[in-house]
Amino acid sequence: MFVARSIAADHKDLIHDVSYDFHGRRMATCSSDQSVKVWDKSENGEWHCTASWKTHSGSVWRVTWAHPEFGQVLASCSFDRTAAVWEEIVGESNDKQRGLSHWIKRTTLVDSRTSVTDVKFAPKHMGLMLTTCSADGVVRIYEAPDVMNLSQWSLQHEISCKLSCSCISWNPSSSRAHPPMFAVGSDDSNVTYGGKVQIYEYNENTRKYAKAETLMTVTDAVHDIAFAPNLGRSFHVLAIATKDVRIFKLVPMRKESTSTGPTKFEVQIVAQFDNHNSQVWRVSWNITSTLLASSGDDGCVRLWKANYMDNWKCTGILKGDGSPLSGSSGQPTAMSTVVGSSVHTSQNALNGMSAGRVGKRAPFAPPVRQLTSSKIYQHSAYY
Amino acid sequence: MEEVDVEPAITNIPAASAGTHLGFAWGPGDILVYETLYKASGAIGSGCPCIHEVRKDEDIYSPILRKLFNESHHIFVGLQTIGEDLPSKNKKPQFVSISKNYRSVIRACMEELQQVAVSSKVADVATQYGNQVSILLAIELIWNLCEVLFIDAAPAGSLLLHLLDWVRLHKADVDEKAREVLQSESPAEHHDYWNVVVSYVLQGRLEEARQMLVKQATLQPAARSMYKLMDTLLSKMPFYNPGGTQTLTEFDVKWRHWHEEVDRCLQDNSFASNKHLEVICKILVGDEDTLLEHKDLLSTWYHFLVTRLLFCHPTVKPTELHYYAQSCLTMFLDSRSVPEPLDSILLAAFEFDIHQVIKDCSIALNNWWFVAHLTDLLDHCKLLQSHNLHFGSNLREFLLLEYASGLFTHHSLWQLAVDYFDHCPEFGRVYLELQIERVPLDTERKALKVLRICEQRQMSEQVRSICKIMAMRALRNNRLGSALSWSIRAKDAAFATLISEKFLQDYCARGTFSDLDLIDNLGPAMLLSDRLTFLGKYREFHKLYGEKRSGEAAKLLLSLMTAKIAPRSFWMTLLTDALPLLEQKEVIFSADQTHELMFCLEELTSLNTTAPGADGPMQDEDTELTKVELLRLALARNLARAIVKEGTVEA
Repeated sequence: MFVARSIAADHKDLIHDVSYDFHGRRMATCSSDQSVKVWDKSENGEWHCTASWKTHSGSVWRVTWAHPEFGQVLASCSFDRTAAVWEEIVGESNDKQRGLSHWIKRTTLVDSRTSVTDVKFAPKHMGLMLTTCSADGVVRIYEAPDVMNLSQWSLQHEISCKLSCSCISWNPSSSRAHPPMFAVGSDDSNVTYGGKVQIYEYNENTRKYAKAETLMTVTDAVHDIAFAPNLGRSFHVLAIATKDVRIFKLVPMRKESTSTGPTKFEVQIVAQFDNHNSQVWRVSWNITSTLLASSGDDGCVRLWKANYMDNWKCTGILKGDGSPLSGSSGQPTAMSTVVGSSVHTSQNALNGMSAGRVGKRAPFAPPVRQLTSSKIYQHSAYY
Repeated sequence: MEEVDVEPAITNIPAASAGTHLGFAWGPGDILVYETLYKASGAIGSGCPCIHEVRKDEDIYSPILRKLFNESHHIFVGLQTIGEDLPSKNKKPQFVSISKNYRSVIRACMEELQQVAVSSKVADVATQYGNQVSILLAIELIWNLCEVLFIDAAPAGSLLLHLLDWVRLHKADVDEKAREVLQSESPAEHHDYWNVVVSYVLQGRLEEARQMLVKQATLQPAARSMYKLMDTLLSKMPFYNPGGTQTLTEFDVKWRHWHEEVDRCLQDNSFASNKHLEVICKILVGDEDTLLEHKDLLSTWYHFLVTRLLFCHPTVKPTELHYYAQSCLTMFLDSRSVPEPLDSILLAAFEFDIHQVIKDCSIALNNWWFVAHLTDLLDHCKLLQSHNLHFGSNLREFLLLEYASGLFTHHSLWQLAVDYFDHCPEFGRVYLELQIERVPLDTERKALKVLRICEQRQMSEQVRSICKIMAMRALRNNRLGSALSWSIRAKDAAFATLISEKFLQDYCARGTFSDLDLIDNLGPAMLLSDRLTFLGKYREFHKLYGEKRSGEAAKLLLSLMTAKIAPRSFWMTLLTDALPLLEQKEVIFSADQTHELMFCLEELTSLNTTAPGADGPMQDEDTELTKVELLRLALARNLARAIVKEGTVEA
């Protein structure tokens, strides 16, 4: 892997979250400077900031995109106790020429009395629904009944989790066999309070969310949580960032036909890694859930992959080299490619492999050298 | 199978290394990484909020390797369609030919890369291409050996011939050197002359060796008999002929006789006076020390292995190979402590440990292309036991999924990946579903391309979603026609209603319709939503009216209201549309129809008075009232004319 380009984000304070849109052509960034920026990728792969605006009156923790079926919609949440929904409007033609776009606030969700720590859209098959969780331990689910009018959101569910909430993740499965389900994590560090990850499931009959499971083995503070894409399987896979990285499998147990209660799960731990040495802050799956990335106190991003026997291991580390680039600030739509050349990694080198190993060159063989980069696939082909 | 422990690859990011965290976000083909702090406390002033785009691979962007992906894709698809009904024995020649096709694609790429590398004036680029060449070279070397050992599975006798071909192909520098020698003024005195002769002998190319020796013999008439003797030995060396009538045992006997004869020559010092010829004689007799003295000409342990087999064990059986391979490796590499990855891979192949070969290649090469295609081919040859994955998928599928997922990150190569996913029975479809909906729909054309792929595979949810995304985008940009056709394609009734509404609003505001082509040709799609039906029918009315088919137009207009197809809010517009028909010289609305129109008008006005102010702002009220008055007048007049006319006809 290599750094293809660096983008001077031009935020005036810490960046807290970066989020790709569904197709990977746009990204949104949010920061302690209370602003959100939207970036668009041009044909040649360069990123251009097309919008930057003040969104909240406190640090913006997270920013996330709605599915493009609902248009160009963003949600943000902040220390200022609110979450907000933003929609891009197609601007005047001269704005377009200048490469700028307009985002307007459609709603502010003010129900929380404490910092809103996470905001996530529900899977699209459920409609346009937004979920927030906050430090006061409440998960709120909002719905926009008319997708053409995003200024109207109704608070559909308010679920009290008793513990300060730090993160939520929806189960992306759209299978009819799986009722809507989300997991919520708590960063309460008091281990005596028990499990810090709770699973809630929607009950068709009561039209309410009910707790289906608490992962009792996760007693330390949880900072992030992520369901893997379902891949048509009967069970669910959940990654958790706590004092280590954990991957759980939730296998629904056979339900009695008369039972109306929530699904019970057999909880199996698939993998557990303490390579980050201390707290792990973020976990996230790639599109097909073949790779899990995690970020921790060791200052690294680690990539985890299962081989064909479902053995998980670390296959890559992204690590700061101690030479932060001095950002070129000052340009309002700054997009400077700071590093153009690739930073090669020497991984698993097939040392000096060439036909003419000992002596002279064979027609095709270049001089004996370390094979560092330029694998057909940079990523370790671990299986 | 033993788990080979490989250290994870470390990628350096130009960011602070201590005291901060690295945040990240997954993209389709890359990860965005940025410096951050997750601890609530101690948000110290940040150095630089930079975001780094970390890419997983770069080679899929190489225009030359692109050919490798494209052409191997064709071969792959061809392989999948080889008849299942054929008994596997009959398929072997086909598999071997497919294997050769793959290798020739690799070779072609390698040659092209080599040319670019040599001609490039930029050192970095040359190095990069050079690296790629050496990787492809290794890949081809391994693939070729796998072809000989696993796919062709040559028996004793033929096996050595294949191995000789293998070594000759990958140690082709002899030919270059030979050309150099022969083109010189006096070849026999060229400093490389003997190296070429010995190299020929080491590769078993005895005819060519003899031709070279003739040049020396003519220069040394005194040693003529010695050269003659050597020539005889070389010409008499028996080679097994797999197509011939000779049995392996017969060949073995013949070979032993020849071997004894060479040995005798050596014993009675026939070549003692010429050290070069003596060396060749020692090689022919298979003297290990002599062979090892020519490491520089052999250059690799596997060349040494094949040469040693040629002159000591030409009837080696496949099952005995690993023993010789291991010993040759040890003898050849004695000075070096650890064998390199390529050595272990080849050794594993000689040991017929297919899984180890694939596994080691995966780790050492970081190259899904190679392992995926080779494993697929070996799987078709029924050479892989069912190494079941946890989820029931097998090794072949696991590797193909990885390879195809990599292709999907490329803006055009993703189309190749579709076929790979199609041939992964377990998870291919789910992977395709997940990947294809992420393909950026930059243009309508691209959207249609993606859509077609989904439609062919009955991926109804992806089809719906793509159409919905396109409809939403068109609507946002106020391209109503496009939005309508996409929502019809998505069978999205609610959205079609919404867009029809916009069309009607536009009409009310401007008095004309846009996108006539589309609305005129709705056909049965019109039935998707009530509002769309109305839109279509209303447009039909305008068409009839325009074509002066007033009777039909009037009938349709009336039915739109009486059959409750038109929304109530639109009735006034419809009634206003009736005005010119009422005002024509000819009576168009019959008395009954006029009654019905009057009824509609009354229903509408009575409704409006019961709910005052529900419709429109105050200033419109005057014009509305005038309109109603005008309508009433026109209706009354028409009714009178209709009654008169109808009475006249009856009378």
